[in-house]
Amino acid sequence: MDKILVGLKRVVDFNVRVRVKNDGTGVETGGVKMSINPFDEIALEEALRIRERGEAKEVIVVSIGASESAQQLRTGLAMGADRAILIQTTAAADPISRARALLEIVNREAPGLVLLGKQAIDNDDNQTGQMLAALWGRPQATSASKLELNGDTARVTREVDLGLEIVDVDLPAVVTVDLRLNEPRYVKLPDIMKAKKKPLDEIPIADLGVEASPVIEEILFEPPEQRQKGVIVDNVAGLIAALKDKGLL
Amino acid sequence: MTKILIVAEHDGQTLNPSTAKVVACAAEIDGAELDVVVFSDSASDVVVQAAKLDAISRVLTVDSVSSKNALAAMIAPQMVAIADGYSHLFGPSTTFGKDLMPRVAALLGVNQISDIMSVEGSHTFKRPIYAGNVVLTVKAPADRPVVATVRTASYQAVGSDNSAVVENIECTVELPTHTRFVELKSASSDRPDLQTAARVVSGGRALGSSENFDIIFALADKLGAGVGASRAAVDAGYVPNEMQVGQTGKIIAPALYVAIGISGAIQHLTGIKDAGTIVAINKDGEAPIFEVADIGLVGDLFKLVPEFTAALK
Repeated sequence: MDKILVGLKRVVDFNVRVRVKNDGTGVETGGVKMSINPFDEIALEEALRIRERGEAKEVIVVSIGASESAQQLRTGLAMGADRAILIQTTAAADPISRARALLEIVNREAPGLVLLGKQAIDNDDNQTGQMLAALWGRPQATSASKLELNGDTARVTREVDLGLEIVDVDLPAVVTVDLRLNEPRYVKLPDIMKAKKKPLDEIPIADLGVEASPVIEEILFEPPEQRQKGVIVDNVAGLIAALKDKGLL
Repeated sequence: MTKILIVAEHDGQTLNPSTAKVVACAAEIDGAELDVVVFSDSASDVVVQAAKLDAISRVLTVDSVSSKNALAAMIAPQMVAIADGYSHLFGPSTTFGKDLMPRVAALLGVNQISDIMSVEGSHTFKRPIYAGNVVLTVKAPADRPVVATVRTASYQAVGSDNSAVVENIECTVELPTHTRFVELKSASSDRPDLQTAARVVSGGRALGSSENFDIIFALADKLGAGVGASRAAVDAGYVPNEMQVGQTGKIIAPALYVAIGISGAIQHLTGIKDAGTIVAINKDGEAPIFEVADIGLVGDLFKLVPEFTAALK
């Protein structure tokens, strides 16, 4: 295939302990470290390996967001992507709007494969890949832990509740990736310098003519109920006594 | 009028317990009329089980060879074809529902509400985001169908004393051939199912090897428990992926959860926060798991776990 399209979402780094704003309107993001969504990083790694095996010619990374998302695209270019597209929007895009915007890019670029993370670790929606596949009228294989390309088809191993499900999909297709697909490479300093010269196109979302959907309103952000810290017992006899106290033994 | 269509999850023989939990969630919406739809090529047993679910009015059956093996690309267009007249379409937030429902939502031109954990109104729900570190209240537009997945660990299954009407639905929508099921690799186990077990014993990276997991299985068998694992233990190859508990694995709510050699990363704690009682055995007394454990025991798991197992009658 010629092209692989990879989505990269800018999210609060997975190591950050997220705090809800006092007025309940969102989470604190000021001064917080931002990164590529970890699942998306795995998607990009897989695309790079496919290209390095000679099974694809070009890897294009795309992000939807404000101008700061260019930082994550630059990281993607430093990892090895060939070029980047930033779909600019200051509004928090909802999954179907993201899918519609990605579909416009898909129609322009005609990739043989779209690789996305199975979910973003901010909203945990797990929707965009499936929605893109539906709108595009193409196959989806979600939560992939193995991906083999065989010409016009791909064989995907999916992590499902019962174990591993293997499906064959005709290409082009949307594959969303799970944690065990690969381990992403580290970015080296010279690659960061080189990435600055790679093309990064910016397209305002309005220019894509994406139809707006009625959004799901976000009414209130709250911290979850915390579990109370319990007791520490000294030995197995203490453990058994404590379980008996609770009527569990 | 609130009419909710719930997609049944099944393997061709048995209705998955997730379905009864989605029904429980849907039944919390005032005045809702609930229908369950079974997509299958041969699901008579499943239909019988579904018809017994309390709180539902009808079971709809759609017979289609293409629905075998529950591929989202096959089921989504059929679900959309029969969605007319329903205000809500619900599925479980299992890997089946997560795969299917966004495809349904996109075909209907709406966003999906993922992982409903509480019903606040016919269009208002609470859901976890940021790996459960934040609870978000959301409101769906009133003039569009509400497509949602239900966080099954937040609900108790409804009873099964009903005898709902069963209706076969003709669905002649054209189905794609671009996605083909090949096989399902599943480790068969006689132990209780992780997602529905009343007791679960999980092991972490500290077990150190696949062989050492035997002490987890031995304890689980004494307790009549299902067996789970942390992501680290699955990544290390000690046990298969379907045993992973946590944000990207299974979200569970057993009455008793025993975490052994698991430090308690936030992504793991997300998967167990609805457990009744959490027991932690870990050599590091500072491990985060002790912040949420009801009963903690600090020490060498290779000594303590066999001792615990031996002490159980």
